[in-house]
Amino acid sequence: MSEQPSTDGEPTITFYRLQACPFCERVTRSLKEHGLEYRSRFVEPLHSRRDVVKRVAGVRTVPAIVDHKTGVTMAESANIVDYLESTYGGEDVDSATPAGAAADAGGED
Amino acid sequence: MPEFDVVELEPTDHIEPGETAPDFTRPLVTDEFWEDRSLAGLVDGRTVLVFTPMIGSFVAKYVWDELADRGWLDRDERFVGVTASTPYGVSRFLDENDLPVGIVADPANEVADDYGLAHDLDGMAGVSEPRLAFVVLDADRAVEAIWVADEWPEFPNYDELESELGLD
Repeated sequence: MSEQPSTDGEPTITFYRLQACPFCERVTRSLKEHGLEYRSRFVEPLHSRRDVVKRVAGVRTVPAIVDHKTGVTMAESANIVDYLESTYGGEDVDSATPAGAAADAGGED
Repeated sequence: MPEFDVVELEPTDHIEPGETAPDFTRPLVTDEFWEDRSLAGLVDGRTVLVFTPMIGSFVAKYVWDELADRGWLDRDERFVGVTASTPYGVSRFLDENDLPVGIVADPANEVADDYGLAHDLDGMAGVSEPRLAFVVLDADRAVEAIWVADEWPEFPNYDELESELGLD
């Protein structure tokens, strides 16, 4: 697989994001750190125009991800970053690390 | 003597039937989101690329209205727009006009340039956009038919276009 994921293939993760949203960039960084393939879907700033996110994730906030490998759909950056870490962090990572430890107020935009 | 000027466009060396349409990857915009898509990935059957001037121009509006009114967007062929607007502009246009179609947003106009369909806007430095063109591709991206505007503005006779492009 190439480093630059093909969005026409089936990347592991679909990532709903908003341009220049810091909470989304936090998730971007985490995805890259874990070498995960992802398909970016940019959505509109107006929440009223985010029906697709509501349909997929049940909320109108981004970031939101769909992990096609595990079937997990998740919103809020802190939750997502914890999830990526515990799922893809590698064997040396203590999976027992309490998720709450890093859960500063769930980032959303 | 007419009191207006329909400008004749310069001849272009655009792609022709029999050639394979160059592949490209650009954001494909629908009214819900935009994401990178390659043409190769999009084409899984007969496909019509519709190059239009920028969103906001009456040309783009008239063309998409006409295609929707004629029911062409519900045909088996997949219609894919290409224009030199930002994804935001395209997204709002699709939303406001309730268009069930995807339009490739290519603000740098490189795709049209690559296809020999670029038009530099007179009096606006640095602005290049596609001229109006319809390109029919088969499932292997081979060009089956093409219609390119050679006047500014020029709209096709849609009834003739339908048979010229083999859509009837």
